[in-house]
Amino acid sequence: MSDRRTKVGNTANGFSYEEPLIFEHSTDGRDGFSLPELDVPPVDPTELLPEGAVREDLRDLPEVSEVDVVRHFTRLSTWNAAVDLGIYPLGSCTMKYNPKLNDKVASLPGFAAAHPLAPDELMQGFLQLCHGLEQQLAEVSGMDRVTLQPAAGAQGELAGIMMIRAYHEHRGEKRSQVLVPDSAHGTNPASAALNGYSVTSIPTGEDGLLHPEAVEAAMTEEVASLMITNPSTLGLFEEHIARICEIVHAKGGLVYGDGANLNALLGITRPGDLGIDVMHFNLHKTFSTPHGGGGPGAGPVGVKNILAPYLPTPVIRKLGGDEGEGYVLDYELPRSIGRLHGNNGNAGMLVRAYTYIRSLGPEGLKRCAEMAVLNANYLLARLREHYHVPFDRLVMHECVLSDKFLHETGVTTLDIAKRLIDYGYHPPTVYFPLVVAGAIMIEPTESESVESLDRFAEALIAIAEEAHEDPELVRTAPHHTRRTRLDETRAARHPVLRWQPERSA
Amino acid sequence: MRYIPHTEADVQRMLERIGVRSLDELFVGVPKKHRLERALDLPAAESEQLLTAHLQALSEQNASTQTHDWFLGAGTHAHFIPSAIETLVSRSEFTTAYTPYQPEISQGTLQAIFEWQTMICCLTGLEVTNASMYDGASATAEAALMAMRCTRRNRVVLASGVHPHYADVVRTYLSGLSAEIVTTLRAEDGRVSGLADLVDDQTACVILQQPNFWGCIEDLKSAIEVAHAHGALVVVTVAEALSLALLTAPGEIGADIVCGEAQSFGVPMSLGGPHVGFMATRQKLLRQLPGRLVGETTDTEGRRGFVLTLSTREQHIRRERATSNICTNQGLCLLMATIYLCLMGRVGLRKLAELNLAKSEYARSRVRETPGLSLAFEAPSFNEFVVRLDGDAAESLARAREQGIVAGLDLAPYAPDLGNAILVCTTELASRESIDRLVEALAGGAA
Amino acid sequence: MAEIQIPDELRYSSDDEWVRVEAGRVIVGITDYAQQQLGDIVFVELPGAGASFKKGEAFGVVESVKAVSDLCAPIGGKVIEVNDALTDRPEAVNEACYADGWMVAFSPSDPEEIDSLLDSEAYRKHVEARSD
Repeated sequence: MSDRRTKVGNTANGFSYEEPLIFEHSTDGRDGFSLPELDVPPVDPTELLPEGAVREDLRDLPEVSEVDVVRHFTRLSTWNAAVDLGIYPLGSCTMKYNPKLNDKVASLPGFAAAHPLAPDELMQGFLQLCHGLEQQLAEVSGMDRVTLQPAAGAQGELAGIMMIRAYHEHRGEKRSQVLVPDSAHGTNPASAALNGYSVTSIPTGEDGLLHPEAVEAAMTEEVASLMITNPSTLGLFEEHIARICEIVHAKGGLVYGDGANLNALLGITRPGDLGIDVMHFNLHKTFSTPHGGGGPGAGPVGVKNILAPYLPTPVIRKLGGDEGEGYVLDYELPRSIGRLHGNNGNAGMLVRAYTYIRSLGPEGLKRCAEMAVLNANYLLARLREHYHVPFDRLVMHECVLSDKFLHETGVTTLDIAKRLIDYGYHPPTVYFPLVVAGAIMIEPTESESVESLDRFAEALIAIAEEAHEDPELVRTAPHHTRRTRLDETRAARHPVLRWQPERSA
Repeated sequence: MRYIPHTEADVQRMLERIGVRSLDELFVGVPKKHRLERALDLPAAESEQLLTAHLQALSEQNASTQTHDWFLGAGTHAHFIPSAIETLVSRSEFTTAYTPYQPEISQGTLQAIFEWQTMICCLTGLEVTNASMYDGASATAEAALMAMRCTRRNRVVLASGVHPHYADVVRTYLSGLSAEIVTTLRAEDGRVSGLADLVDDQTACVILQQPNFWGCIEDLKSAIEVAHAHGALVVVTVAEALSLALLTAPGEIGADIVCGEAQSFGVPMSLGGPHVGFMATRQKLLRQLPGRLVGETTDTEGRRGFVLTLSTREQHIRRERATSNICTNQGLCLLMATIYLCLMGRVGLRKLAELNLAKSEYARSRVRETPGLSLAFEAPSFNEFVVRLDGDAAESLARAREQGIVAGLDLAPYAPDLGNAILVCTTELASRESIDRLVEALAGGAA
Repeated sequence: MAEIQIPDELRYSSDDEWVRVEAGRVIVGITDYAQQQLGDIVFVELPGAGASFKKGEAFGVVESVKAVSDLCAPIGGKVIEVNDALTDRPEAVNEACYADGWMVAFSPSDPEEIDSLLDSEAYRKHVEARSD
């Protein structure tokens, strides 16, 4: 290959650019900004402000032109995989298509250039939208009330467990434990611990389900809550959920529902009807707001009426009767857990999710669940004979495979994931859930067509064959990316977390 | 349904391959008694065309910087946003990617975060920073938690000038842990007072805001000396990140954790979110820093690349013993801020900060000379300050609104002791004429 | 997986630590099996000299890129020396877990606890039982 390299330039492959750090583009005296002329008297900061209050220079910030910046980030973007380039089957992340209408309306100036602390009467359109979204999420989940404030699923969990704690404390009970199944997301135990609870792990049964007996054995009056993800991270509907909720309730505990996998349930069943007392929604999963390279998300929380007194403030209230018409932000909730977000939540995400729900309507939402489940089962049917399937049965929105069939080849789940990249696919979630050794967790979502699934399945099947025929090829993948496997050990042993200028002494 | 590609023929073919007769049969795991036997009670699906009109109509019921002259800040700041930012962050390769778990196909996101980390270190004067927090408020709460872990102490001293919403979020986050939170007094000039009386040997940290909620620039050096004398850490939170371009980097004068809100760097106000929190600290406290971190490394051929690193601090590995429960953060807003900082650069960011200072000084001088108005605090400020009114604050604000001016924040719910007072913010968006109109509108009732 | 080294002259805990008694001091590290299970070790957190631990209590943490494992005191005692070199070179645990990769030296509170530890044969059985 190297003999075909171009003699000069920063690309070895046509339009596939190497791209230095922006700091390495910097040239003294170049600029990329444009400011209005000063129309008030100039000031000298060092005269105006106390001695020592003014900094010297922003040395280390780059000096680059707008052209430099636009090319830099455009080139960087080409180094990313993305949903808009193809299937992105990260299990538990619901990487569905992100409709462009949603982004467009969220950037309307009446939303994007509006301020959270403006008087209520100057944001009636937003409050009306929020009120509508609260009602929609309540209907979808079978909950009574919803707060839109949490900025992400994990913050929603924190809010939910706080409400549970406030509920127990108001009843004069000091409970000390939270139960979490061993297949749960790591955020569950972390959120419980942030509330001062100790965490007890409950084992998943042989069939991958949580069993009433296991919950019964762990459930005492010291337990504040059971946190449960349904469908579970194994892609299975927790068939015993109603009985499990009864067991927890009988000892005075409440059940927290992790809504990460709600996409499989839309219009099929409702967590609130199953006995869940509080749950969060991941708007960036189920309701299509873009994942943004790792956020922003939004994590509204739905609760049953017993927890309504503890909702974060402010709450959005529709005026009625003598109060006139419209909506207000209401701070009068004496038993509230308080505020979690600096403002009213990630409003831009709320606008997108509202638009999504209005685009789909009740039939469209149900169709999402049906097609997501159809797609996961179709992939499983195509892969069953080629991969080890730890829990081989009909699944919900995702299926979990493992690398167990490859032990004698030395090829692991990580290698399969990396080789998938050579085939042009973003790998699934790997090594999660922890209860399956070498897990490969695939969530295709409803956005993929049957042809897209066929191509993806064929790639996975081809890799399974390669693993036997030429394991070294798979173990050293990816081969066709602009970077080969990156040394994570080196990064962790000797962390380099920022660029350092080469300064002459 | 335009977002779902399946035809009925596809569905039949797929069902056959799976070996079931109907879609219903796929849900065999969901017991019949739990099935929802009705359609969800939601508005019917709407066309893109009519939905666009509906959202447009809702948006027009909100005031914005396009409909009013804007002097309301208080943690969310109206700054000009260069056009290149929206163009770049709208690229699908950024918006529709997720957390860069697979570094070989996520170098775009990872490198941008590495650049962000470098620039936040520069601005804060500290050595390490993470790949963002949700917002300034939760970053401040996470800083308090981090300080408690580092010191194994449980007392948190909040300066009077910390944004009341930030203080509320700190209280909420710490409510489940046996933490003691105390708040200092406010001095006559608007700055922190009586810190020495509250810091003791059980104090994990002192949290100060710079500039503080009332717009005043705190004397950080003295506060840091008091805190360090007791072995407490100092958290400096910054609600107006542009001030970092002008004021001494808190890390350089001894702050241990510098956190805050970077919305001012090219992120739309967007009714309060999504914004982007930041958090920086010293190298020696790195292991206690929450959130994602990007580090430099090499690939098998020795070429530079970037990866998520030091993940063992995080919830997906350490679970209940993690430094935080944070998972997804504010990736795309971080990218907006990174692009903004590149465009403004070393020179532009400083010039913009000085422009804000000049506007604010002009506005303050107009307030001083206008009958019926006065400055509540004489401490130096950056681009925000408190105006005391002889007349009724709510009435003055309403009068200004009628003239198309959102004049500031009524401080009655936050500081009733100040009487009729409003917090006013003047950024580069404020022209001299608009400042003159603001002052006239506010004074109108007193004359 | 490479063959697991289990030197005959050492004693072992069921938590995969080894101990070597040396002039009244008890040197502690993690076994070859443990370091292979963890993979590339990137960070070792150790206590300060002078700290005391009961048998079975966590005295430190060892981390690979994607896993965290507690270090449990194989016997009770006071820490009298710490291998500070691991701060800069955690990879020593992978390279030579029974030599340069040692972690702490204890002054035992009850020397008889050493006798209750596994010998190399018993530890090998303990390892094999988990490898199936």
